[in-house]
Amino acid sequence: MINLEVPKRLRAVAEQAHAIGVNVFRPISRKYDSAEHTYPKELDLLAAVLAGMNDGGGRASAAALSGAKKEDAADGPPRNKNGGNMAAVIGMAELCWGDLGLALTIPRQGLGNAALSAVGTREQKEQYGKRWIAMAITEPNAGSDSAAIRTSARLEGDEWVINGEKIFVTAGERSDAVVVWASIDPSLGRAAIKSFLVPKGTPGMKVVRLDHKLGIRASDTATIVFEDCRVPKDNILGSAEIDTRKAFAGVMKTFDNTRPVVAAMAIGVAGAALDRTRELLGRARPPEADARSPWLGSHVEAELARLDAELEAARLLTLKSAWMADNGIPNSLEASMAKAKAGRVAVELTLRCVELCGAAGYAETDLLEKWARDAKITDIFEGTQQIQMLVVARRVLGKSSAELR
Amino acid sequence: MVRSRGFKVGKIGGAPLRALARLGGSELAARLHLLGPVQRAIYEGARAGTKAISSFGASAAKKRAAQAAEAQRLGPSKGPALFDLAPTDEQALMRDAMRRFAEEVLRPAAHAADAAATPPDQVLAQGHALGLAGMMIPESLGGAATERSTVTHALIFEELARGDMGLTTAILSPLAVVQAIVTWGTGEQQARYLPPFLEERFVPAALALLEPRPLFDPMRPRTGAVRSTDGGWALWGEKSLVPLAATAEVFVVVAEVRGVGPRLFVVERGTPGLTVESDPAMGVRAAGLGRLRLEAARVPDEALLGGQASPNEFDVGDLVDRARIAWGAMAVGAGQSVLDYVVPYCNSRQAFGEVISNRQAVAFMVADIALELEGMRLMVHRAASRLDQGLDVAKHATLARMQCASKGMKIGSDGVQLLGGHGFIKEHPVERWYRDLRAIGVLEGALLA
Repeated sequence: MINLEVPKRLRAVAEQAHAIGVNVFRPISRKYDSAEHTYPKELDLLAAVLAGMNDGGGRASAAALSGAKKEDAADGPPRNKNGGNMAAVIGMAELCWGDLGLALTIPRQGLGNAALSAVGTREQKEQYGKRWIAMAITEPNAGSDSAAIRTSARLEGDEWVINGEKIFVTAGERSDAVVVWASIDPSLGRAAIKSFLVPKGTPGMKVVRLDHKLGIRASDTATIVFEDCRVPKDNILGSAEIDTRKAFAGVMKTFDNTRPVVAAMAIGVAGAALDRTRELLGRARPPEADARSPWLGSHVEAELARLDAELEAARLLTLKSAWMADNGIPNSLEASMAKAKAGRVAVELTLRCVELCGAAGYAETDLLEKWARDAKITDIFEGTQQIQMLVVARRVLGKSSAELR
Repeated sequence: MVRSRGFKVGKIGGAPLRALARLGGSELAARLHLLGPVQRAIYEGARAGTKAISSFGASAAKKRAAQAAEAQRLGPSKGPALFDLAPTDEQALMRDAMRRFAEEVLRPAAHAADAAATPPDQVLAQGHALGLAGMMIPESLGGAATERSTVTHALIFEELARGDMGLTTAILSPLAVVQAIVTWGTGEQQARYLPPFLEERFVPAALALLEPRPLFDPMRPRTGAVRSTDGGWALWGEKSLVPLAATAEVFVVVAEVRGVGPRLFVVERGTPGLTVESDPAMGVRAAGLGRLRLEAARVPDEALLGGQASPNEFDVGDLVDRARIAWGAMAVGAGQSVLDYVVPYCNSRQAFGEVISNRQAVAFMVADIALELEGMRLMVHRAASRLDQGLDVAKHATLARMQCASKGMKIGSDGVQLLGGHGFIKEHPVERWYRDLRAIGVLEGALLA
């Protein structure tokens, strides 16, 4: 039966995450935006608390907060579920209402952790489950086009030998290990791309640079070079076989679960900007006009209502894609819709809020300008706006990636 | 008895059963067979057509004596505990039936009805035979409704609008009157006005809120009602873009009572001081739009919906919200028809040696339609489901309307754009959808979800 209200159990997740946003993140937001590359040690305590609740690892800390795992017990016909994916997006949105950069650098909540819990073996999970794992995909000449990856992994005896350069590795410096995407046979294109667990301190692996960024400056973004870096044969995630039909699709499938989470980040930072703008404007002017007819009031009110509507559309698309994932319904299309909508709305909304608040919005005395910088990454990482539109367009029009490039 | 949210399938009655059967064909029959209990319930509950009482007066005399004057209301229901986007089996069945009706009856009639600015009687009769009025009238008044079913209505409106927004407006217009009387009428008014809508004959009727001026505020209509010293009311003002205006036998008019606020008045055709003229617009033309002029139009005390007893239950905001949800659902339906049309077109239209959908400039426009449309749909469904649960909807209905107005219009515009010059001429329906979708964000009232 159609109902788009978030259930009480997940509202509790939202409240807890919101409290972290208010009490842990907001007080140090500006500090770590200014002191880029300084590790936010305040998060260690938070990580310990989250780790205590989160036995399985994975980035979906909010899912752990919610106790989402308790749920799937019922037998019988498939029953509507509001599970870990919904908890993850709801929790992440609230954490990012607090601070997007800090939410990205909560220890042991890396993207690599998500990959490990999705496809790792039991042994791998035992060995790496308690570590902070980053994800290294992008290369200087391979961004959205992950098939162009040149980093290679060559099997020599019982070891993989990895060579290449990875950029834009979130938590690349702070993490304990990195999941590296590399080709085991560059002549076979995308199907030969596999991922490998590489612990920090492995000879041949070196963090060579930390980037200075537009936003999410609390989160470190590293360049990592691999030169004859050797890891045990068992450190491959998933199968070493090359299936030219399915393998890359399998790799990409991770995105079906992570894109809604990135959409949630966008919604969180956008919501923060809208709330703060209303607060600042409320101080500046008395409320007026009926809420049902915002366009009969001031332009500012009409604009805020419009942005609110856009945010609501993004929020519901995100919840839908997570709900589908929770219920085992294929959601590639919806995950891309949510990510595309949320990313563009977050950028437009946060920038508009700066504009509406004038100097008070643009100056560093408030966080609005920071959120407008932070928001931009949500329209880029985990697939740019343009990549999401390609995914949506191909699905809607029934096209292959060869037909619609 | 099979119960779905909002109506009992078994009590829909003969009319919808006949409609389903007519639509039926083997496919639907097969689906009914699969849904055994639903099928049985429909058949067991089916009642043959009842005696013809075609005027409000005749039924009024009969019912007034017989019926207690207790008003029957449809209450909210407790929502499900979890977030859920899956319709019930009954809703899915109803949606499929509406989709077929839209494809087989509404779409083929749309072009001519748009040109004539009048809905064909045949289509109205077929639309009436769907039995939707029965779903909206409480059991105790001869219908099948047991609780609010805004979500079901939104699903139905969307599917019908996929066929044609103008004709759908015409078919749904009397149902807005039905719902207004169910929601705000006294027991006596319900007994008097509702039964004719359950009969065989389509009864044209309309709900009039919108007025012809820029920056119209639906919360503060200028049409006024003045109490006469010798009893009754005199109505003054103008209502525009009223569906079925030329034929409606009864109007429900929103008018301001000084010191009280907006109230609903039942104004029957032929009331002295009421004149009706044609008021065709850019789109939604098949609805037979007209303008009402009320110049000291005299109506009796009983015309005030809900009566004068205070506290009056009527809040014009509720009406505005429900209308916006209805128009939002219409926008989603029309937007879906645009998407359904441009996908095969762009996949077959050749330019520069290949189909135009191989170009991102085209493909991304189509993707954008799909994406924004889904956002609109979810916002409409959220507002509708909140209404069913008795939660506040003012904000959600307003946001849904804003989104449907802006994104719906963008979809209408892109639909024409994607067909280029071909989209601009009436060989293709996209120019009609462009005109129809501009109604969203303009029209207020007229329909209730």
